Amino acid sequence: MDKRNLSSYLINTAAAVVIYLLISALISGGIITRQYQGVLVFACVNCILAVSLNLTTGFLGELALGHAGFMSIGAYTGALITKAGVVEGVPGLLLGMLAGGLVAVVFAMLIGIPVLRLKGDYLAIVTLGFGEIIRVLIEAVPFTGGAKGLTGIPRLTDFTMAYWVMVVVIVVLFAFIRSRHGRAAIAISQDDIASEASGINNTYYKILVFGIAAFFAGVAGCLYGNYMGILGASSFNFAKSIDILVIVVLGGMGSFTGSIVAAFGLTILPEVLRGFAEYRMLIYSVALIMMMLFRPSGLMGGYEFSLSRVIRKFIPGKRKEEAK
Amino acid sequence: MLDLIKQLINGLQAGSIFALVALGYTMVYGIVKLINFAHGDIIMVGAYFSLMAIPMLSSVGLPLWLCAIVAAALCAILGVVTERVAYKPLRNSPRISALITAIGVSLLLQNAFMLLFSATPKPYPSIFGKDSITLGDGFTVSYITILTIVVTVVLMVLLQMFIKRTRVGKSMRAVSEDAGAAQLMGINVNNTISITFAIGSALAAVAAVLYSAAYPLIDPYMGSFLGIKAFVAAVLGGIGSIPGAMIGGFTIGIVESLTKAYISSQISDAVVFLLLILVLLIKPTGIMGKNIGEKV
Repeated sequence: MDKRNLSSYLINTAAAVVIYLLISALISGGIITRQYQGVLVFACVNCILAVSLNLTTGFLGELALGHAGFMSIGAYTGALITKAGVVEGVPGLLLGMLAGGLVAVVFAMLIGIPVLRLKGDYLAIVTLGFGEIIRVLIEAVPFTGGAKGLTGIPRLTDFTMAYWVMVVVIVVLFAFIRSRHGRAAIAISQDDIASEASGINNTYYKILVFGIAAFFAGVAGCLYGNYMGILGASSFNFAKSIDILVIVVLGGMGSFTGSIVAAFGLTILPEVLRGFAEYRMLIYSVALIMMMLFRPSGLMGGYEFSLSRVIRKFIPGKRKEEAK
Repeated sequence: MLDLIKQLINGLQAGSIFALVALGYTMVYGIVKLINFAHGDIIMVGAYFSLMAIPMLSSVGLPLWLCAIVAAALCAILGVVTERVAYKPLRNSPRISALITAIGVSLLLQNAFMLLFSATPKPYPSIFGKDSITLGDGFTVSYITILTIVVTVVLMVLLQMFIKRTRVGKSMRAVSEDAGAAQLMGINVNNTISITFAIGSALAAVAAVLYSAAYPLIDPYMGSFLGIKAFVAAVLGGIGSIPGAMIGGFTIGIVESLTKAYISSQISDAVVFLLLILVLLIKPTGIMGKNIGEKV
């Protein structure tokens, strides 16, 4: 790791800590009420879901419509593990997240390996179907509480947990997309024939990216389940998958910054504008169409906000050094 | 045995509706390579249009089944308008943009109709009567079941003839093969695409009337899942192929009806999607699909 990379990692870690301390101060000061703390946890969960889906849809260019399915797998796996209480408290939650993510990956492999060999929009329709299959299966098997839902899950997730998991996920995904594997995925989305001709194993990278996205969807699901304390399979339906996709598209496909901004915006705004609740979906859909017609790349396009770049702008001396 | 035949006929009835809707998906996909997610909601719109047309028709004294024609005409217009407004500007952008726009149109139709008519299901009058035909001892088939299957098969044959025999049909095939070359040959690509959307939406409206007559409750979300299953039927039969849509629709209908009758009604949706994944594994282009070489 060269000096510049190291400094930007340090700057970003410091920024994450500052934001965390700021919000914690607001919470302990009573400015952010208990209800809004919950909204912030949901925003963090949605943010993890959006950045992971952005990996598949934005960077790899494959439309996936079953992200809520992977979330539900993670939620149920994590909930069952923490409920069993083999490992108590926060380590148990971490174990649940890991297991939830891994089980989601197993299912992602089950559908990814046959479907991602094909070209075209098959992934969209199969993931959509898969999301529904998972929902039906969860209601059919005995140990998930069936259609009545799973209750009595320990409520281990709080804002601190959700926030730091989100930060770790963003850092990991950011590092991934800047690595050679990430560049391979972007190459596939640009032109799959050219990338294959350049020696990239398209199917391998598609499955890899799809699996990573499923893993983090599972992690987000586990956080969600352990915050809610109660799970019902019907809340992970097609509409939930579409919600996540809307966040990705509005934020900008191929921009993590966009996903983060849109996740927080689209989670917090409906809470603030409760009076317009019935028009929410109507506005959503119009915004989606307008965005595609007039700014197809989304709010941020491919732009990534970088704090170290901003800082470098204000310290011209360093830039001169680099020029030499 | 009798029970099995009954289930098969039920399956054919549901399958006919899937097939009619699948035609819209398959034609649009064949010509502009777009999964038109809003197509399912055109069914819902068709159901509401026909419901609104029924009191008007009865006040004038015309037969009630004409509501299918009214709905088909209005849906055809709606299909063309959505194509012109939402999909045409995106014809040269990445395919994923058009797909997301289609999802947007779908959400827009659902929520607009929810605000207009509220989310409570509305009862649908029995416009084709409730008569049934008795075949042998205790074995009855309702009139609407026969009508659904017959109408579907007739429309399917007419459509196939239209596409194979007429000038417009020929231009549709040409555009789906190579839009650029078709334009150079003097075919109006925009009009051809509009006609495709119009036919697909009109068929969806007919399917809506047949569906609502059989399951007489309509609500703003009825189209989304029906549409998804019809799309599965189109993919299963081989997307782009009209006989494929029919085979796919009937297959899905029969599989679903048999699963509901003999295994469990809860898992029938899962079985349908599992069947799709299996078929895609064995023959990615679907049952009737053609293998097309890859162009660089």
